[in-house]
Amino acid sequence: MYQSFLIKYGEIAIKGKNRHLFEDALVSHLSHALKPVEGEFSIWKEQGRIYVDAKGEYDYDHAISAMTKVFGVVGVCPMVQVEDEGYEKLVEEVIRHLKDTYGEKELTFKVMARRARKNYPLNSTEINMDMGEKILDACPNLKVDVHEPDMFVNIEIRQKINIYTEIIPGPGGMPVGSNGKAMLLLSGGIDSPVAGYMIAKRGVSLEATYFHAPPYTSERAKQKVVDLAAIVARYSGPITLNIVNFTDIQLEIYEKCPHDELTIIMRRYMMKIAEHFAKESNCLGLITGESIGQVASQTMQSLAATNEVCTMPVYRPLIGFDKQEIVEVSEKIDTYETSILPFEDCCTIFVAKHPVTKPNINIIKRSETKLADTIDDLMKKAIETTETIVVEAK
Amino acid sequence: MQIYLDNSATTRVSESVLTVMEEAMRKDYGNPSSLHTMGMEAENYIKKAKEQIAKTLRCQEKEIYFTSCGTESDNLAIIGGAFANQRQGKHLITTAVEHAAVAASMKFLEEQGFEVTYLPVDEYGVIRLEDLKNAIRPDTILVSMMYVNNEVGSVMPIHEAGELIKECNPNTLFHVDAIQGYGKFKIYPKQDKIDLLAVSGHKLHGPKGVGFLYVKEKTKLKPLIYGGGHQNGLRSGTENVPGVAGLGQACEDVYTNFEEKVNHMYELREQFISEVEKIEGVSVNGKKTRENAPHIVSVSVPGVRSEVLLHSLEEKGIYVSAGSACSSNKPSISATLKAIGLPKEKLESTVRISFCDTNTGEEVEETIKALKELIPVLTRFVRR
Repeated sequence: MYQSFLIKYGEIAIKGKNRHLFEDALVSHLSHALKPVEGEFSIWKEQGRIYVDAKGEYDYDHAISAMTKVFGVVGVCPMVQVEDEGYEKLVEEVIRHLKDTYGEKELTFKVMARRARKNYPLNSTEINMDMGEKILDACPNLKVDVHEPDMFVNIEIRQKINIYTEIIPGPGGMPVGSNGKAMLLLSGGIDSPVAGYMIAKRGVSLEATYFHAPPYTSERAKQKVVDLAAIVARYSGPITLNIVNFTDIQLEIYEKCPHDELTIIMRRYMMKIAEHFAKESNCLGLITGESIGQVASQTMQSLAATNEVCTMPVYRPLIGFDKQEIVEVSEKIDTYETSILPFEDCCTIFVAKHPVTKPNINIIKRSETKLADTIDDLMKKAIETTETIVVEAK
Repeated sequence: MQIYLDNSATTRVSESVLTVMEEAMRKDYGNPSSLHTMGMEAENYIKKAKEQIAKTLRCQEKEIYFTSCGTESDNLAIIGGAFANQRQGKHLITTAVEHAAVAASMKFLEEQGFEVTYLPVDEYGVIRLEDLKNAIRPDTILVSMMYVNNEVGSVMPIHEAGELIKECNPNTLFHVDAIQGYGKFKIYPKQDKIDLLAVSGHKLHGPKGVGFLYVKEKTKLKPLIYGGGHQNGLRSGTENVPGVAGLGQACEDVYTNFEEKVNHMYELREQFISEVEKIEGVSVNGKKTRENAPHIVSVSVPGVRSEVLLHSLEEKGIYVSAGSACSSNKPSISATLKAIGLPKEKLESTVRISFCDTNTGEEVEETIKALKELIPVLTRFVRR
């Protein structure tokens, strides 16, 4: 059983004078991620390295799954850390570690020694060569392959000595909160949670807005959105979710505007409302799960028509993704199963049988003038009656 | 204000049931199989429940077997009955409008090499005896038929069917899914030539997680659950004592002042139907007379999706069901409504209202008032 982990982080290391800010954020996110895990953990920094130590009994699988969800983590290496008690002792420790971990399994390896402490009696190349021989002698199941080994036997000589052979990949990216905040338009579908995940991965904290249309959408559909937010929150941290009652606006558009333009006009008002909340809570942009051409409202013309109402940048991280690629990410981040639950909105009445695919912005604007008398009040009311909840990771 | 009109999905547990269940959990928590006094005291609850139930069916106490739910009762009767009697034949008969507990058991048996005949129904959801007669063969081992349809409340001709089955083939078992019928009709298996009868606790103000199967003496069934040989080896597993105690009490209660309660439900139904039909565009499925079950009304409002009407009523504190609640978490077209020949626009726009004896005329009035307000608004917004 491992008691220590070495946390590898990539991009942060090159952030110059701000580096400590990124590192501190990472330490704090790791500590938050490990909170629900059974066991006691301490996290510490040393010379461009972050370590996690477990005290006594703990849930290994849960700990790994929690740490490998933290943005900024490139890899988690379960490691053995030993005091420097001479080279002979180190050889013993390495061999014992390999036997404990791999038993009789047939594998190829390569020794990778690094000296942070240049006063160590052997240099890296000497260690690589000598350690390799000692391992071959002691473990007949292991063979050397210096080009494509199954595993690297990493030996890091620092104040203490770290030995590790496994790197469990993390999500990469940057610690959440290191890059400001954005407003996600979250629906119950497959795409928007993935879009939120991808932007959060770049260190952005999330807020979200969901448009609810009772009685055309059900309480269960709303619960599903909350559940999705809770899954995304595992990566992004707590998400403030604005639940907007959109029914009256939808019905007004339905009654007054041409039916094939319904979705575009509706989306324009959704963007406006989302932007209102985004500004209110100092977000620096909006996030949507749109992908070019996926549906009628996501053609280049439709996207332009929707985009036209926004003054903030709209981030569309899935813009070049095919559906299958989006599904793959959603499976990886665990939102897929929830996204495909069938409590779909029964609001098919708001979807035209043949929606316009190449909307002309001037025509759309002319249609919107029919709403002029009422829409401001309806928007105001929708904003005022919005329910705001904070969704924690689940 | 809360008006619960989804009593065919489940009912509120009554006070008398709660009392006896609480006692069984707090005080007499022994294992009925234990040899000591505490075991005996727990066993007494089971004996009492059997007595209470046997009395309502005019059957023997040893003919009652407790299960975990109505679905298990149906599975045990159909799958257990088919497997135990397959040397006599591999043909079964059921109807096109059965609950999933029966329909899916039949499907499983088809995969196991059994042959199943599905009887069609008329516009009210009732089978024709002529069809049944023509379907029975020398190798027919079991007929499964529901007493009351859970979606429209139609009532099958159980007595006539029982007579007919035994006349055509005395070896054919007759299973009745009485989950919606028990407590609404007086059912005496012997008179109706019923061999197996499934009942669920939570439809009668009893608890969830318990049901029973009446098994006529000497009927051969193969168990579905194996273990310590409880209940004559037919259903292993420590009995759910509090559940069984609650179920027994619920069965006794439901047949106390029975005529009065049933009459009350019929009055609510008639009041509801006569008012709801006055609303433009609304139609009632199934029979409107007392030939139908007293507690179920199926209403179609073309143009308004079932869920939309359901959620609009919910906003007013009125709880109803879209088609059948058991399948509503995966929206699919109801087999029953299709079988009775509803046109497509009604299939997607049908809700079920189901009463219990504690609903009131005022509640029906409130519901009608709500529907009168909602339907004109909702029909204005129909997909164009």
